[in-house]
Amino acid sequence: MDLLNALVALTNFVVVPGLAYGSQLALGALGVTLIYGILRFSNFAHGDTMAFGAMVTILITWLFQSMGISAGPLPTALLALPFGILGTIGLALLTDKTVYRFYRAQKAKPVIFVMVSLGVMFMMNGIVRFIIGPGDQRFADGERFIIKARTFKQMTGLNEGLAIKTTQGITVITAIIVVAVLFWFLNKTRTGKSMRAYSDNEDLALLSGINPERVVMYTWMIVAALATIAGVLYGLDKSFKPFTYFQLLLPIFASAIVGGLGNPLGAIAGGFIIAFSEVTITYAWKKVLNYGLPDSLAPDGLVQLLSTDYKFAVSFAILIVVLLFKPTGLFKGKAV
Amino acid sequence: MKKLLMATAAAALTAGTAYAGGHAKEVKLGVLFGFTGPIESLAPAMGDGAELAMEEVTKSGKLLDSATVTPVRADTGCIDNGLAVANGEKLVAEGVNGIIGGDCSGVTGAILQNVAIPNGMVMISPSATSPGLSSMEDNGLFFRTSPSDAREGQVMAEILKERGINSIALTYTNNDYGKGLADAIQSSFEGVGGEVTIVTAHEDGKGDYSAEVGALASAGGDILVVAGYLDQGGLGIIQGSLDSGAFDTFGLPGGMIGDSLPANVGADLDGSFGQIAGSDSKGAEIFAEMAKERGFDGTSAYASESYDAAALFMLAMQAANSTNPADYVGKILDVANAPGEPINPGELGKALEILAAGGEIDYQGATGVELIGPGESAGSYREIEVKGGKNETLRFR
Repeated sequence: MDLLNALVALTNFVVVPGLAYGSQLALGALGVTLIYGILRFSNFAHGDTMAFGAMVTILITWLFQSMGISAGPLPTALLALPFGILGTIGLALLTDKTVYRFYRAQKAKPVIFVMVSLGVMFMMNGIVRFIIGPGDQRFADGERFIIKARTFKQMTGLNEGLAIKTTQGITVITAIIVVAVLFWFLNKTRTGKSMRAYSDNEDLALLSGINPERVVMYTWMIVAALATIAGVLYGLDKSFKPFTYFQLLLPIFASAIVGGLGNPLGAIAGGFIIAFSEVTITYAWKKVLNYGLPDSLAPDGLVQLLSTDYKFAVSFAILIVVLLFKPTGLFKGKAV
Repeated sequence: MKKLLMATAAAALTAGTAYAGGHAKEVKLGVLFGFTGPIESLAPAMGDGAELAMEEVTKSGKLLDSATVTPVRADTGCIDNGLAVANGEKLVAEGVNGIIGGDCSGVTGAILQNVAIPNGMVMISPSATSPGLSSMEDNGLFFRTSPSDAREGQVMAEILKERGINSIALTYTNNDYGKGLADAIQSSFEGVGGEVTIVTAHEDGKGDYSAEVGALASAGGDILVVAGYLDQGGLGIIQGSLDSGAFDTFGLPGGMIGDSLPANVGADLDGSFGQIAGSDSKGAEIFAEMAKERGFDGTSAYASESYDAAALFMLAMQAANSTNPADYVGKILDVANAPGEPINPGELGKALEILAAGGEIDYQGATGVELIGPGESAGSYREIEVKGGKNETLRFR
């Protein structure tokens, strides 16, 4: 019984939030890594692309809600998601056409692209704030919980509750589906293969007749879709605020780099590594140990390795260690 | 000593220009608040509050030689020391006779050290509540119309004890305000025999607080006290704790009291309680009424303290018959405290008359002003409980 309590406490406060946060980071990191792999630059505008996608989805969600359309127990935002993706694809293609294509034609160095993406980031930042404002927006509706802490306690008779939010469930399931579809696309379809070929060796790909503009276009479409999905899931699970998306850029890049920039598998692994390191290393193990150990061994202190102040320090320490010993990341991406 | 000499010398210099202004019948007061930044939603009402007092005095025509009082607004950014100090210097250069501000504790300390002390300028802050400012070396130039958070810590400890709460988990927003308040709550609560299971910081403007909530939940406690901001991380922490079933009841200090919190969290917040600076004096009602006429919300946090800060400047100037900071600074405590005729908001004209005739006043103002110790408000608090999705006032302490 005590062991069960310990397990439940751990699941409730570490595993469930870690999985949800990890999925959100993984989806974001996939977008960053695809841009890096195929277009060969670090896209700093990614966080704000996520914010833009989430914003369009929110606006459509509100429209649906006012029209009385809902998805029953699921959030209405899921219905609005396709429209959000379309809107973001439009924006991504527009920026590519007006901004990035110019520098591609000049064969600009990657660092120039990075600076350009920084500019794009501030533009998008402004657009999002201009349209929806800098404040908090809540758009989650439908059933809030799959299982509530109190209900779980009554059902099982345990001391510890387990809560799983609907948004957490949706996040993990959507992430699995999206990743499966993405890998199928990259590995099995003609377009996906041409993208990988272009990523591996640009000259060879061009020689074998792959149309680079087309590859770039597909990449932006996929990235825009990924960014919107990640942005909406994050907004549903927490809340939507343009500034938090801007701040999300750091853990997302950390995830992509730890996993290996340019490697999709690495991005996913990186997302979970960063998320779990933030949650576990600063977790106070007192409760779990009190349940798990016999009374004589139960700790008095909090058994917390590091205070939560250091949670970001932890993910960046991991980042630095990985870069020092394996500059290409855990999953062999491109050297940074 | 050298510093003091320099300060007086500088004060004399600025006083020269100030006198020139004084005789031209214009008194300038700097209004130095965070019109941008984390409390940008509060700053406009605070500015309006201060300017309301100035208008009232100008209209009465009784200050010195029927001087007009002109506000000069400037921005602190709330957390931007560089900006705040630069703007403080700008105000001094423009020849203000006193500075109402700053607002957030960190920048207020910076302005005090870098602008007010070197220039001998007097500052009255309506909203800087960090206990650190009580002990900061200020050459007697710094006052505040809000109580120190040390006092709030005592009040909170009393409330917790009366409600039979023996252990709390404590989290604070990671800045001067949050840290100071958390320290005050912890030491006061431990002083009355309570147990604080964990003290942990949270960063504002993040979306994910699962790590913080996990640590707080593991440490346990009867309730969770959140010394943060209601539109920021404080809300995220409460939402996360409720979602995961970590805590059901929350202790809410001043920064967490506002209508948006019960509205955002919903019915689960019912039963949580806290306190915010405020008094049941008659002045508060009068002020709210006056603010309504002028078209702003007088119950907005620190708007009434701002009115009082501006009023204290002008009353002290009248009492000293001078707009020179070095002259009137000694009169601030006199006009604020007994003995004398009690003065409510809207009665500034009457107060000026009494002072001109050599009488004494006890300025009550919108917040029941009573300055103690190093020139800060003694502090009365409203005890609040969330009932049916609304903040309800239980009593005053």
